[in-house]
Amino acid sequence: MSEHRPPILEVRGLTKRFPGVIANQGVDLVLHEGEVLCLLGENGAGKSTLMNAVFGLYQPDEGQILLRGEPVRFGSSRDAIAAGIGMVHQHFQLIPVFTVVENVVLGNEPRRGPRLDLDGARRDIRELSARYGLEIDPDAVVGDLSVGEQQRVELIKALHRNADVLILDEPTAVLTPGEVDDFFTVVSSLVEQGKSIIFITHKLREVLAVADRIVVLRGGRVVGETDPAEATPQSLATLMVGRDVSFTIDKAAPSPGAVVLRVQGLVVDDDRGVTTVDGLDLEVRAGEVLGIAGVEGNGQRELVEALMGMRAKRAGTVDITGHDVTHASPRDVIKLGVGHVPEDRSKHGLVGPFSIADNLVLNRYGRAPFARRGLRREDAVARQAVDLVEQFDVRTPGAQVPVATLSGGNQQKVIIARELTGDLDLLVVAQPTRGLDVGSIEFIHNRIIEMRDRGVAVLLVSAELDEVLNLSDRIGVIYRGQLVGTFARSDAKREHLGVLMACGVDPEAAA
Amino acid sequence: MVESPSRRPRRTGAELGAALRESFELQSVLVPLYAILLALVVAGVVIMLVGSNPVEAYWALLRGMFGSTDRIAASLGRSTPFIGAALAVAFAFRAGLFNIGAEGQLLVGATAAAWVGTFSWLADVPGPIAIPIVIVAGAVGGAVYGGIPGVLKARTGAHEVIVTIMLNNIAVLLVRWLVNSQDPLLLRDPGASVPRTADIPASARLPEVIATRPPVHLGFFLAITLCTIVWFILKRTTFGFEVRTVGTNANAAKYAGMGVNRTIVLVMALSGGFAGLAGAGEITGTSGFLSPGVFLGIGFDAIAIALLARANPFGIILTSILWGSMLSGAGLMQQESGLSIDAVRIVQALVLLFVAADVIVRTLFSVRHTAETTLETTQITSGWGSTT
Repeated sequence: MSEHRPPILEVRGLTKRFPGVIANQGVDLVLHEGEVLCLLGENGAGKSTLMNAVFGLYQPDEGQILLRGEPVRFGSSRDAIAAGIGMVHQHFQLIPVFTVVENVVLGNEPRRGPRLDLDGARRDIRELSARYGLEIDPDAVVGDLSVGEQQRVELIKALHRNADVLILDEPTAVLTPGEVDDFFTVVSSLVEQGKSIIFITHKLREVLAVADRIVVLRGGRVVGETDPAEATPQSLATLMVGRDVSFTIDKAAPSPGAVVLRVQGLVVDDDRGVTTVDGLDLEVRAGEVLGIAGVEGNGQRELVEALMGMRAKRAGTVDITGHDVTHASPRDVIKLGVGHVPEDRSKHGLVGPFSIADNLVLNRYGRAPFARRGLRREDAVARQAVDLVEQFDVRTPGAQVPVATLSGGNQQKVIIARELTGDLDLLVVAQPTRGLDVGSIEFIHNRIIEMRDRGVAVLLVSAELDEVLNLSDRIGVIYRGQLVGTFARSDAKREHLGVLMACGVDPEAAA
Repeated sequence: MVESPSRRPRRTGAELGAALRESFELQSVLVPLYAILLALVVAGVVIMLVGSNPVEAYWALLRGMFGSTDRIAASLGRSTPFIGAALAVAFAFRAGLFNIGAEGQLLVGATAAAWVGTFSWLADVPGPIAIPIVIVAGAVGGAVYGGIPGVLKARTGAHEVIVTIMLNNIAVLLVRWLVNSQDPLLLRDPGASVPRTADIPASARLPEVIATRPPVHLGFFLAITLCTIVWFILKRTTFGFEVRTVGTNANAAKYAGMGVNRTIVLVMALSGGFAGLAGAGEITGTSGFLSPGVFLGIGFDAIAIALLARANPFGIILTSILWGSMLSGAGLMQQESGLSIDAVRIVQALVLLFVAADVIVRTLFSVRHTAETTLETTQITSGWGSTT
């Protein structure tokens, strides 16, 4: 259908160079009026650079941007907004202590004399809400809203400035499965009313659900254009990565052994003192993966931190290989043979300015062979680094460069390399592939399964339902700090889990 | 051609690692050097405005600093306490702690040394035993006084900047009272006409290597040794690795099973100990007694020196000597060009200003900015008290 419509935005031969890198090379792109164009590509493929150039945040080195057939040149995002382009960034640009209406008018405040006049804006917001199905209270404080609602505020902000072209950068990355469905409804109502949308993502399932056309970027160039009727997840992934990628992991049936981790009646508070893990029980056996599915913020972070001795427990017991570690320190837990891939790699997992080699000994710097009588043995540290960089395919100029200079995927590989080597009984993995590209995800998933096959008990916590479904032998759903259901992988159905994650009630049991 | 990272030709690790290290080291020296240059230029303008010739003034200053063997020796003597005190500040910096309390720790260390040094039995102890006793007393005094903010931070989260500032005031006033008070008579030498402690017996005095005023005493070499030891600790020991990890990313340190609170307490105590050593060195090496007010400001200058040296132990030796020499050489500048000694203070303040606001220097001299995230010690200038 889109072929019949006139193009609203065209990019011709756009090239953008950064020192040492060409981020975009001769990119051509056409967005027709009233269509959803999906821009698909791995991290670092140049999607965001391209869109930032369209939005006026970068100046292209070569090439042209045409809006409604006229060449345009945006000196800043202000020009782009004035021309009718809106962008919703992956990280919201909202001020949490302001209300919805205050955020919407920010930067463009309507005045009556010296006073701020919000009444008109309030009316506009109600009208936009009604027209596009963007349910929101104009006077709610943004900090109190859910992530999905905050995203609606961003959309309303763009629409309030009369955007005809909307650029959405990874809009679903932060949403729950239910919210994603709502979001797609909003997208279709926007398109029905004549808006044109560029949707940046690396999630194949979503692309196929929402796109009218798909453009795949790799290494800064357009490597393919297709439409969802012809594409399959497999063909898209191959285009994105440049080689065949397997989604399903070939894994043998699990052979569970003895119970390695036993948690009983665990109660944990978060930083604000709110109880987020509330009487949780679980067991993980040697040689199996227990996947914890759940919407973020249902106690996963506190659960993992409490298991690792990083957070005090209010009640309950934790037992690892028969040792009571309820009150153990992180060092004690690590010493029992527990690997931990933390949820937040830059906050917990790595020391950015330190070399890769030093980061690879972060949890064993004091043990032989890396130290003797309190003195570091640099040669052993360096040797291990060379080995692990090779073994875990960390792409780096050398093991002595600061780890912060690596890409996210390679940083995560450094953590995986550190945590998956050694004599382990238990592996606790939180959000292991967040923000990573298809190639790295495949690599990391295979490594986790390898650990399982070697008889390690694996506790996987992930907000990606696909990841949990792919890796787990058993699946537990966490909701408000409790496991509301545990299933064998063969009994777990995607839709069923989605409902459990969203509302904590088993739909079949309820019915 | 755009190539994916995998197809980009790989440079060997050693090559790039060396290049990075080189740029790091060059960077860390360049900014302070340019800052000094810029400070001299700006202060030169001030000197001109008050009617003196900056070239003549600086020439006199330089000769005052290093113009003769005696002047060099006096400069080194003047620099000695700065080394220990700045090392205290720098060591804490490396653990992410802002020890503003070197002033108080140095004073408490000096007082402890002056007190122990006047124990009557000490006069009968031979020098090789008496000297260490006095020095260790100073170190212990400083360590206890530095340990207090460490314990408070580890136990309650009380911020060390606030606590050490308060403790500085307490130390200054406490020592003044200890030395001034005649009823009760505490540390005051009853025979002296001005408030001061009694002389430490000659056997317990650090030997003078060059007898200038102030002398170059053995403490200077001890301080340099101490810097070397601290460098070794930071670089080569597992404790040093813990210190640097806690200082760079305390969350990661906790995650990796390091005892963050234990490290904080230890580092603060050691840091205070270094400052206490500096104080004790001055008591047994230079004056032989304590009079209130003599050390005022050393602990604050130490913060500037540590910043200028980017918390590098060897940098501290050089920077301390520069700092002390300028103070030592200012006298000749005053004699010859009639400028106030305070002109040197202006230069020093400007140096600090340009080091702290390094954007000015980087822009003027187009020094490339290495990403903050890849440098361990640049964070020291970014925000006092921004870390928890």
